[in-house]
Amino acid sequence: MRWREKSFDFVLPSDVGEDGRPMGLKRILLMGNPNVGKSVFFSRITGVKVIASNYPGTTVGFTKGSMKLGEEEVEVIDVPGTYTLEATSKAEEVASQMLQDGDLVINVADATNLERNLYLTQELLERQIPVIVALNIWDDTKHKGISIDVAKLEERLGVPVLPTVAVTGQGIKELVDRIPEAISPALPQRTRDERWAAVGDIIEHVQTITHHHHTWLERLQDASIKPLTGLPIAAVVLAASFLVIRFIGEGLIGYVLEPLFENLWAPLMMKLSVALGSSGFWHDMLIGNLFDGEIDFFQSMGVLTTGLFIPLGAVLPYILAFYLILGLLEDVGYLPRLAVLLDNLMHRMGLHGYAIIPTMLGLGCCVPAIMATRILESKRERFIAATLISIAIPCAASQAMIIGLVGAEGGQYVAMVYGTLFVVWLTLGLILNRAVRGFSPELLIEIPPYRRPSWRGVLTKLWMRTYGFLREALPIILLAIFAIGILYHLGVFDAIANFTAPVVSGLFGLPEEGVVAIVVGFLRKDVAIGLLAPLSLSAAQLVVGSVVLTMFLPCIAAFVVLARELGIKGLLMAIGIMLAATVVVGGLLNLVL
Amino acid sequence: MKEKRQITVRQMQPGQSGTVVQILGGHGPHRGRGHGGYGHGFVDRLHSLGIRPGRRITKVSGMFMWGPVTLQVGRAQVAIGYGMAGRILVEVEGEKL
Repeated sequence: MRWREKSFDFVLPSDVGEDGRPMGLKRILLMGNPNVGKSVFFSRITGVKVIASNYPGTTVGFTKGSMKLGEEEVEVIDVPGTYTLEATSKAEEVASQMLQDGDLVINVADATNLERNLYLTQELLERQIPVIVALNIWDDTKHKGISIDVAKLEERLGVPVLPTVAVTGQGIKELVDRIPEAISPALPQRTRDERWAAVGDIIEHVQTITHHHHTWLERLQDASIKPLTGLPIAAVVLAASFLVIRFIGEGLIGYVLEPLFENLWAPLMMKLSVALGSSGFWHDMLIGNLFDGEIDFFQSMGVLTTGLFIPLGAVLPYILAFYLILGLLEDVGYLPRLAVLLDNLMHRMGLHGYAIIPTMLGLGCCVPAIMATRILESKRERFIAATLISIAIPCAASQAMIIGLVGAEGGQYVAMVYGTLFVVWLTLGLILNRAVRGFSPELLIEIPPYRRPSWRGVLTKLWMRTYGFLREALPIILLAIFAIGILYHLGVFDAIANFTAPVVSGLFGLPEEGVVAIVVGFLRKDVAIGLLAPLSLSAAQLVVGSVVLTMFLPCIAAFVVLARELGIKGLLMAIGIMLAATVVVGGLLNLVL
Repeated sequence: MKEKRQITVRQMQPGQSGTVVQILGGHGPHRGRGHGGYGHGFVDRLHSLGIRPGRRITKVSGMFMWGPVTLQVGRAQVAIGYGMAGRILVEVEGEKL
């Protein structure tokens, strides 16, 4: 992380003028409680798109951008959410360290929850740094029966205060205009009780709350967290999500992408095939093998056939469908409720309920999922969560290929793959909980209110994640297909296949060439699963192959984040567990099926 | 006849309100889902979420099998572990026993 390289000098006196106003403004920090809309705010003022969701802890690292302030280009940093500067968690530690490197703080506060938000404001006012306060989510105050006297609040705090609605952009310009008025009142250092007393005094004078009737959204909110109603609701939500993802994914493939590839792209490629002389090195590389004189997009293994079909024709539809649904669940604010409902189960696996959020992200891609394990407090939890995700949670790309290949043999085989992975996830969690030293802290999270997701927000996030997939996966997939072609050509795989035959055929019951898929799995799991297609495997072998490929070694992208998040020692441990689990599960599955 | 009595958040009924009297920090014997680790950090974190002496809170729900307890604290809802719930003392009004 870049900011770590900087020295943590306290803000020099020269950064604040004699009147307490900012001088030589270079770096603005966006600070506030978790889930008050800092990230949306950040996108608004910098134009940098970031992932924002309706749950505490979406921003675990920090994001940098810049904005124009008059003539000057100023750096803006989206600091992870924090309730206090007293560093009671990793995110808060990061936040309070970054504070020493900033020149000005825009304190984003949730206007619908003013009392708690003002505590951090009080702490900020004690620091030698100019502050300006944004009362965000202002639009929600009215129907919640909250009225805040902004002018009086400004007077009480001694710094500019502006109501804002980051989602729509309301009030942002006014706030930016008043940034030069930000000031540091430099209050004396106080105790916690004194700060709360100050907050209580302010609230009494600036806020009036009128009774409001429970809205249906609030009723639903309570119903989805009470065990008797919450668990059925969770079952319905998850089942519906799964069905909708399949419906959209299959629909896109069946009605859009397959026709495109079969009717438009295939004839074009056949012409190219003929032009290349129907054989030879370049033909094999670009078009690949023909089956009965036809291109088979799953099996031909040419860069322009299978290489394009896997990412665009098979995986992309599911990426779109998955991230659309995930984005909606995130922005509505459902996931923290799932965390509360599943807390009991997750505790048996050495985690607490909040670990369900990285796990759900893992169904999309391992990389952001492993990074999101930072929302968990202890190192032990982060290790268990990251290991479980990288072993037993198939990413959307793998799932798309499993559904495409294994699903062709019948739905029950897909169910077997998912069932096995779920059992592995559970069992491994139970084992790790006993084997890894230390204890897991209890759940302590804020449950955000349900919010109506903005289409703009959901679609922006969907675009960012889809684009991320195309930018990062597409080149690797093309490269992988190309490399496979060359290695086949040179006969390298035959040598490896002979060498690993005892494990691959003896233990897993797969043909020797299956090792190629396992090796390629290190580059991309979707391509690896695709490599099972030309082996003409039985349904049972496909199930074993899919499970083994999902569990065995993370793909290179996941490998890199695992190393970064767990350290080399943690990574080696995770990989050891991974190899052992794959051998045991693959072997058992082969015996049973 | 009604009287004030002190109970823990664990003992509250869903829907019941009370005023926080004390949060018991430190390491002590614990049952159920208690894993230890109730140092100062835990009290600080509850404080920063607005759960502190003098504050009126309402229990929204409790999961069965020593699961987490959801509290309404002002305009926010906070979910806490069962162990923590046993360490928050609240004063509630109830029928005299």
